[in-house]
Amino acid sequence: MNGESVVFWVSGTFAVAGALGMVVSKKAVHSALWVAFAMINIAVLYFTLEAPFLGTTQIIVYTGAVMMLFLFVLMIVGVDSSDSLLETIKGQRLLAALFALTFGGVVVASIASTLASPSAGLAIANAGYGGHLQAIAFLVFGQYLFAFEVLSALLITAALGAMVLAHNERWAPRKTQDQLQRERTMGNHVTPLPAPGVMARNNSVDTPALLPDGSTSIESLPNAFRGEGKVAKPNSIEEAGK
Amino acid sequence: MNPNNYLILAAILFTIGVYGVLVRRNAIIVFMSVELMLNAANLAFVAAARNTGTLDGLVVAFFVMVVAAAEVVVGLAIIVTIFRTRRSASIDEASLMKY
Amino acid sequence: MIAALIGLPLLGATVLLLGGRRTNAWGHFLAVAMSAASFVLGAFLFIQMVGKSEEEREVGQHLFDWISVGAFQIPFGLHLDQLSIVFVLLITGVGTLIHIYSIGYMEHDPNRRRFFAYLNLFVAAMLLLVLADNYFLLYVGWEGVGLASYLLISFYQQKPSAATAGKKAFIVNRVGDVGLSLAIMLMFVTFGTVTFEGVDAAVASGSSSTVTWIGLALLLAACGKSAQFPLQSWLLDAMEGPTPVSALIHAATMVTSGVFLMTRMSPVLHASYEFAPTIIAVVGAATALYAATVAVAQNDIKKVLAYSTVSQLGYMFLAIGSGAYVAAIFHMITHAFFKALLFLGSGSVIHGMHHEQDMRRMGALRKLMPVTAITFIIGWLAIAGVPPFAGFWSKDEILLYVYANNRFLYVVGLVTALLTAYYMTRQVIMVFYGKAKWNDHASDHGAHGDFTPHESPKIMLFPLVVLAFLSVVGGAMQLPFTKKLHFLEHWLAPITEESEAHIGETWAYHNKYILLGVAVVVATVGILAAFAVYAKGKFKAIEPKVLEQAWYYDAGASKLVGGPGAALFNGIAWVDAHIVDGAVNGTATLVRNIGGTVRKAQTGFVRSYAALMAIGFVAVLAWFIYRGVA
Repeated sequence: MNGESVVFWVSGTFAVAGALGMVVSKKAVHSALWVAFAMINIAVLYFTLEAPFLGTTQIIVYTGAVMMLFLFVLMIVGVDSSDSLLETIKGQRLLAALFALTFGGVVVASIASTLASPSAGLAIANAGYGGHLQAIAFLVFGQYLFAFEVLSALLITAALGAMVLAHNERWAPRKTQDQLQRERTMGNHVTPLPAPGVMARNNSVDTPALLPDGSTSIESLPNAFRGEGKVAKPNSIEEAGK
Repeated sequence: MNPNNYLILAAILFTIGVYGVLVRRNAIIVFMSVELMLNAANLAFVAAARNTGTLDGLVVAFFVMVVAAAEVVVGLAIIVTIFRTRRSASIDEASLMKY
Repeated sequence: MIAALIGLPLLGATVLLLGGRRTNAWGHFLAVAMSAASFVLGAFLFIQMVGKSEEEREVGQHLFDWISVGAFQIPFGLHLDQLSIVFVLLITGVGTLIHIYSIGYMEHDPNRRRFFAYLNLFVAAMLLLVLADNYFLLYVGWEGVGLASYLLISFYQQKPSAATAGKKAFIVNRVGDVGLSLAIMLMFVTFGTVTFEGVDAAVASGSSSTVTWIGLALLLAACGKSAQFPLQSWLLDAMEGPTPVSALIHAATMVTSGVFLMTRMSPVLHASYEFAPTIIAVVGAATALYAATVAVAQNDIKKVLAYSTVSQLGYMFLAIGSGAYVAAIFHMITHAFFKALLFLGSGSVIHGMHHEQDMRRMGALRKLMPVTAITFIIGWLAIAGVPPFAGFWSKDEILLYVYANNRFLYVVGLVTALLTAYYMTRQVIMVFYGKAKWNDHASDHGAHGDFTPHESPKIMLFPLVVLAFLSVVGGAMQLPFTKKLHFLEHWLAPITEESEAHIGETWAYHNKYILLGVAVVVATVGILAAFAVYAKGKFKAIEPKVLEQAWYYDAGASKLVGGPGAALFNGIAWVDAHIVDGAVNGTATLVRNIGGTVRKAQTGFVRSYAALMAIGFVAVLAWFIYRGVA
């Protein structure tokens, strides 16, 4: 009953709880938060497994950067987007459950006894290089240098790719402030346009606003509604008052 | 404290991740399940590294994190692009190649 | 040079057919010229051959490699040997005479040019048949003469009966051609070659049963072309064609192509089981007797001659079946002379009688058509077997060999000879002697009214005279008195020697003069009997309906094919449509249904694919782990 096993059982349970929470949440943002929770617990497990560097990296990179990225994209896509939890494909739940049980069974049965107890511990390994961080550095920049370089290339490519994919193409050169002011002052309408439906009976988007002299203002409507027959008749000021 | 416990925990997390991939319809949640699977693998690596007394497992886990980050970046960018044209993030929408 | 034999008439036919109406004025002269040129060339080749020594007489001319597919090699080659030169002379000689005759006979026909084109086409095809050096090319000629026969039989296109007769001829011939196809296929499979040389050499090493099958298949083909039982019905209907056609094709040449085929395949027959030649002999004898009995009751002048042709062809087959190849060829040559003469003579009579063909309306034409009458009588004497005319010698030669082979068939042959003399005498009496009957029913015979038959023009009489002369002296080819006079036998020896039956030591050979006497007696009895019935009226004529209807053969065949035959065909068609097609379609339907079921796995949803992948992954993983490979 040492500290490690306590931490294992607590963090482990929380990690599984977080994973399950992610899978059953209705709202996407809730899922993201559950995953973050699970990942922090996994980081804790790393710490108990004598890998402080990895645990820190897990929190900073995974929970910090990756999950935040997920949340940003969720915002773009729509925070309200929620899946109904009703399954549309017949038998999918069944297959998934079947997989889960079978896989779990197979893996647990096969790996349940692979590691010899007690664990060797990283103390000796760390000592060989003069410290944990140094040891990892030695390995990364020594034996695994090629993989490291390839990974850096991968990161650069991924960044470029993301930029290209998320780019919004401009169709016209961006109007400068000078240009915008000129258009406003020397155009046909200096003041801001009235919002649709102002002073009319309702504020639906296809009802034009009423000008002070009682006439309808076509400019208050979006372009699509400015034709004949699409405009709802506004009530006059007098009528509004009756 | 049996070190195999860590492996079993990793297996459980992996299974839950796969279940999430198969059952959820929102593309982003599917992605998050994939991340969970990667994390489970990482956990197995680290546990084995500590058990055998070598540091290679840690290095591999580190690299896996890097790759996962890159993958998330590109994958989410794709989802955003698709969402712009389709206005929907459900992966069941792409079902035209059927009988 | 040999190719020119075929090429000249073929050129004539092509020019006349392609030239069309423009060639109407001189078309017939061109045709006659081509035919005569072939004859002259043939005669030249013959004289050249006579001058050579016996080993050098066979000449081959390889024109080009026709079919060359792996092991199946068919050369387009021509082969001139003693047998084929005989046929070449016969075809072109008699053919030219008939061409000349046709100028007069078809004078009033607007389609005369087409007639001559077809005649030339026929001569070309028949020459190809006899000059081919392999069975396949022979088959081409075989089909060619069948085609020409069809075109010429149905020459009077407006008459439905003529068209039907042409079709019947072609279809019945086709039944025989199946035999030729089967024989060629068998030959190729067994011997690997279809050339005459190849087959003759290989036949000794083949199994007797295969060789017998080949022989019987070729017999079927020969029966088709030579109108032997049971394929004889087409020849009678073929009389719908103009008379020169009947003379050339259905008396002298095409129907003898069966005899030619039998002679060419003599090594095959020689190597087959004993019963094969016996079958041929029996078929020949049965056909001869059958046709002779039917001819007794016919009233159409051409039909009598047609049945007579079938009967004489039966004699030739009987000869071949008894191993007497030389006798068969001899009889074929003499038969060509006198049968062509008789047909042309009957054509002359028909022409003079303004296309009246019923003998009951003729009579006493001897004074009005003297030349026709005399030549016809010469032909009659030849066919009846009266010495010293040609027919007597050839028929006797056949009967000699038949006696040595099988006594029963000899008796059948004798009875047939008796009947032949009887019905031919009957014909002569009815047509040329007795009372003039053409004016008795004048009113029912169209708008002719009172008319007098007249002699035919000289151009038609000339061939009659030539053929009459040949019928008189033709026997000199093979007189039986001494070995030295057997010119034909010596000429054909290299070809028929091996397969010929050797009767040198039999009783028949030593006592052949007795058999000669018996034949003379039989012929005389037949002639006298006919005189007694038809000329003197002493006995009533026996012409029962069953004979007139040819033992109801046509009606019987129609009933058989229409009833059980039609049921069989419908049954086969049903099997083909439902079982054969059903199997094929069923396979397709099965595949389609399987596909239809399996494709439901393609749901289009990524998640279901992922689920299946996951399950598969687990299965593979479990396999590896529990097999201990991982």
